Amino acid sequence: MLPLELRDLRFSAGGHPIIRGISARIEAGPRSIILGANGAGKSVLMRLCHGLLTPSGGEVIWHGAKGGDLRRRQAMVFQRPVMLRRSALANVIYGLKLAGHSSRECELRAQDVLEVVGLAQQASRPARVLSGGEQQRLALARAWALGPDVLFLDEPTANLDPAATHEIESLINMIHAAGTKIIMTTHNLGQARRLGDEVLFIDRGLLREQSPIERFFSQPASSEAETFIRGELP
Amino acid sequence: MNRFRRVLLSLVFVLSVTGVQAQQTFITVASTTSTEQSGLFKHLLPVFEKKTGIQVRVVALGTGQALDMARRGDADVVFVHDPAAEEKFVAEGFGLRRQEVMYNDFVLVGPKSDPARILGSRDIVDAYKKIAAAGAPFASRGDKSGTHAAELRLWKTAGVDPQTGKGGWYRETGSGMGPTLNTASAMNAYAFTDRGTWLSFKNRGDLVIVVEGDQRLFNQYGVMLVNPSKHPHVKREQGQAFVDWLVSPEGQATIASYKIGPDQLFFPNTKR
Amino acid sequence: MSELGEAFAAAWALIAGVEPGLTGIVLLSLQVSLSAVLIASAIALPLGAAIAVGRFPGRQALIVLLNALMGLPPVVVGLLVYLLLSRAGPMGSLGILFTPTAMVVAQTVLVIPIIAALSRQVIEDAWREYDEQLRSLGASRPSAALTLIWDTRFSLVTIVLAGFGRAAAEVGAVMIVGGNIDGVTRVMTTAIALETSKGDLPLALGLGIVLLTLVLLLNALAALIRELATRRYG
Repeated sequence: MLPLELRDLRFSAGGHPIIRGISARIEAGPRSIILGANGAGKSVLMRLCHGLLTPSGGEVIWHGAKGGDLRRRQAMVFQRPVMLRRSALANVIYGLKLAGHSSRECELRAQDVLEVVGLAQQASRPARVLSGGEQQRLALARAWALGPDVLFLDEPTANLDPAATHEIESLINMIHAAGTKIIMTTHNLGQARRLGDEVLFIDRGLLREQSPIERFFSQPASSEAETFIRGELP
Repeated sequence: MNRFRRVLLSLVFVLSVTGVQAQQTFITVASTTSTEQSGLFKHLLPVFEKKTGIQVRVVALGTGQALDMARRGDADVVFVHDPAAEEKFVAEGFGLRRQEVMYNDFVLVGPKSDPARILGSRDIVDAYKKIAAAGAPFASRGDKSGTHAAELRLWKTAGVDPQTGKGGWYRETGSGMGPTLNTASAMNAYAFTDRGTWLSFKNRGDLVIVVEGDQRLFNQYGVMLVNPSKHPHVKREQGQAFVDWLVSPEGQATIASYKIGPDQLFFPNTKR
Repeated sequence: MSELGEAFAAAWALIAGVEPGLTGIVLLSLQVSLSAVLIASAIALPLGAAIAVGRFPGRQALIVLLNALMGLPPVVVGLLVYLLLSRAGPMGSLGILFTPTAMVVAQTVLVIPIIAALSRQVIEDAWREYDEQLRSLGASRPSAALTLIWDTRFSLVTIVLAGFGRAAAEVGAVMIVGGNIDGVTRVMTTAIALETSKGDLPLALGLGIVLLTLVLLLNALAALIRELATRRYG
């Protein structure tokens, strides 16, 4: 599947440019953090990569992909988890069924992942009555159950309290350790530091730099990044 | 998914119940509101059904509509009261031999206050002239029914064009006898009705019979089978059985025995 | 006022006396309207969902048309179905004019636009929330449509009930295609019309009260189920 290459990627909505020409190469392995201020274009960039949006220009190329199973090999967790009106278990099974697994396989795998994210006790509860943190863990379980090569996470903890955030971050690390590429957006510097291996810094629709996490924080390549790190949002 | 199956099953059930009712032998009779609403059919049909096992389904409309319905082939038998229209229907080839069954009479009803001063008159044409002259409110069916046709013939005899009073004293309700009587009762208007509907009508308010007994108020009912050569699906045998029974001594006696209180509503007069 | 009193007395006598004639009329009303609503739902819910998630030319025009058809006068529907089913009409050979089946057909036609238009609205609103998540999980549009029908089921029940209310309350269509035949096609509304014609206003109103009570009971039941289900599924 990987590496993922973006070639002069552009996207505009209603004549208003949001992504203004981004080229980058994202390799397998490191946890990539797309960092930037609100409105910089992080979420849109991620949706372009995931295929939820069609670029106005440029290309998204998965170099390692064979055949047409691009969508099956990647998954995404959204800022607000969308829970179907059914049990937690059924929510996970839903994704697995769409991926073409047999009923029995779905059931077993769903139970496994719920166990891993600590929701085994809640398996039969309706997903929509779970707490925000539980719902996001369920969303993570639903995405991870698919066994994706790449997991996109769009501000997965933006609506959560510190305890729930901590749980989600541990799970992300665990998923990464198990061999899934993590690509995640955040505007939270602390989270970027805790989770990131490399940073792609986005500012007003442009990629200002892509560098290892240590270097980004110690020697930011652009003045915009420097300002952002100092907490003085432009 | 189980729930879907249950919904489907209940759907099938409901539909099958709907279907079952079409099994019995039945004929469809296009008739008039006056016969239905006076309660005559409720009195007649059980006797016939018991004797023959043929269910009679009555669709009650104005005579004009009833004949149109039969023209389209949607009835087996027509039982109405507008001799001129019936003769035309037969002449066009839509009906077989028309037979006279019974008669009753029309009456003119109106408010007790009697603005046209016609209460107790036996001259319907004179009464019409006075209503027009007084500009007293008059509720007409206006629906091309047998009663409406009879009413219009009388206006013609009286030499009055009621259309001149349209929007003023002459009010066409465009509906059946019952609704027209309801309207007349609500606005204290005169109305032309068959006696049967009047006798069984409950919401009279201030209305009473003001004119009756004129020869010209005679109301003849006729019955005929819809022509099977025009509409091959017509149930010839069963339909004819109903026609024959109506004009048989038994049918005629049953008609005569229908009463509301002391009043006989219909008078059998077939010519055999 | 005394007429209202008489009406309630008549309604009570009808309910308490349980006349066999009345029971038949009530059962036929329920049978016809429930059949119509079930068939209409089977057609209109998928239709509403398809329009909600579909993208095709003329979609907006179709929505406007459906919304307009909600106001279709029952008499017009009755007349159209009559001409269709009449012996002289294109489907006359079926011989179902003046049967309960014809009434079911007419009411189905009457109710389809209502259920389709309202469910389209509800499902489209839900689609806005679910869109990205479902596409991310790899749901095709038809499969997303089915998911949305199931997930909005509590709102859809209300819509289906609105359809039932319309079917059970209308008189124009069933009068024309059913013929108000005593014991065969006489339902609550045509019986009310008949008693009104006979000037028996208290009895007519009494029947109306019985009809209203039935519809009320059914709605109360549905509201209860919805309440319980919403509490359970969120």
